[in-house]
Amino acid sequence: MSGSNNAIAVLGHWVRSRVAAIGYFTRFFGAMLARSGIALSRPRLVSQQVHFIGNYSLLIIAVSGMFVGFVLGLQGYYTLNRYGSEEALGLLVALSLVRELGPVVTALLFAGRAGTSLTAEIGLMKAGEQLSAMEVMAVDPIRRVLVPRLWGGIIAMPILAAVFSMVGILGGWVVGVLLIGVDAGAFWSQMQNGVDVWKDVANGVIKSVVFGVTVTLVALYEGWQAKPTPEGVARATTRTVVMGSLAVLGLDFLLTALMFGN
Amino acid sequence: MSREKTDFWVGLFVLLGAIALAFLALRAGNLSTFSFAPTYTVTANFDNVGGLKVRAPVKSAGVVVGRVAGISFDDKTYQAIVSVNLETAYQFPKDSSAAILTSGLLGEQYLGLTAGSEEENFTDGGKIRYTQSAVVLEQLISQFLYGSAEKQGSTAAPEPAPKAQD
Repeated sequence: MSGSNNAIAVLGHWVRSRVAAIGYFTRFFGAMLARSGIALSRPRLVSQQVHFIGNYSLLIIAVSGMFVGFVLGLQGYYTLNRYGSEEALGLLVALSLVRELGPVVTALLFAGRAGTSLTAEIGLMKAGEQLSAMEVMAVDPIRRVLVPRLWGGIIAMPILAAVFSMVGILGGWVVGVLLIGVDAGAFWSQMQNGVDVWKDVANGVIKSVVFGVTVTLVALYEGWQAKPTPEGVARATTRTVVMGSLAVLGLDFLLTALMFGN
Repeated sequence: MSREKTDFWVGLFVLLGAIALAFLALRAGNLSTFSFAPTYTVTANFDNVGGLKVRAPVKSAGVVVGRVAGISFDDKTYQAIVSVNLETAYQFPKDSSAAILTSGLLGEQYLGLTAGSEEENFTDGGKIRYTQSAVVLEQLISQFLYGSAEKQGSTAAPEPAPKAQD
């Protein structure tokens, strides 16, 4: 009897703590937004973070984009060739990159490359009691440490996604036009006929901004919440990748349904 | 790293992002087809617009002279109303005719404009009276089949390969 009661109590506690975590996460986001003024008054803090988050992620993003473009070119050609419409290869490569793969794959790589380093950095700051030391010196750590990182991520992510899409399209062009021999004029003109600047390109940029907020926020939250021990920081870093990636994929489905639903 | 150096690399990064966006908009997207030339609007009624889409090109003699601005349905005449933005630089006589054509065998559909011979030109809000609907492939095939079957029925003797009619 007491065993089943206990199970119910455990379940109830688990649900309560999850709901409370969502509430704390929201409050955390609100607290950062409320302190975002520092991004304007001290832009140097943000540009340092853009350098740390963006520039250092550029290489992995560009190389991944190139290979994704290569693969899209090969696989797209294989399928389109069956229907005798390999001229549409440019359209296929561009639409899949601009609408989906650009923002989503960039966000996943971003979670792995930049998100983990943010979590580890904040977690170690916490473990080394640097955050507490700041508070003692009357420096608000959310304002001074977290907000510049959040805005750095929000600025870097759309740029990285755009670079990913551009390099991917060029990769598709290399495989499709240079190696396989699809007509170059048809490749570009079909692409320009089918890709709309507002419907496709702009919506892709909106997606990447949303993913930038999501991944950076999850990374900062996990670092902020980490137990100040080596295992705690390790666990928080893992959770950043898992939760960040799941949140990006789930949000992508929602955003796609909203943007391209009809 | 010194301030100057960080600023330089961040600037380069942002610049690269701007180039990538410009590439997506101009080379991959259709921003280069946006024209800021002044336009005037005319409408045309069609029995069937087929696969015509908003922003499809309007061509006369193969040259783009405007774009389709909107497609709606009129429940009085049960026809489609297509409104068209034509560039002010190009004037067309009032009895010009419009047809929905397809570029290539299965390509995009566009609106073809053939100039008439009247003295007066279209004004803003004018109406194209002579229109020709889109060709629907299924109707074409059924006409062809119906025509060849009828031919075989009326002449008992076996025929050489039936020719396309209509």
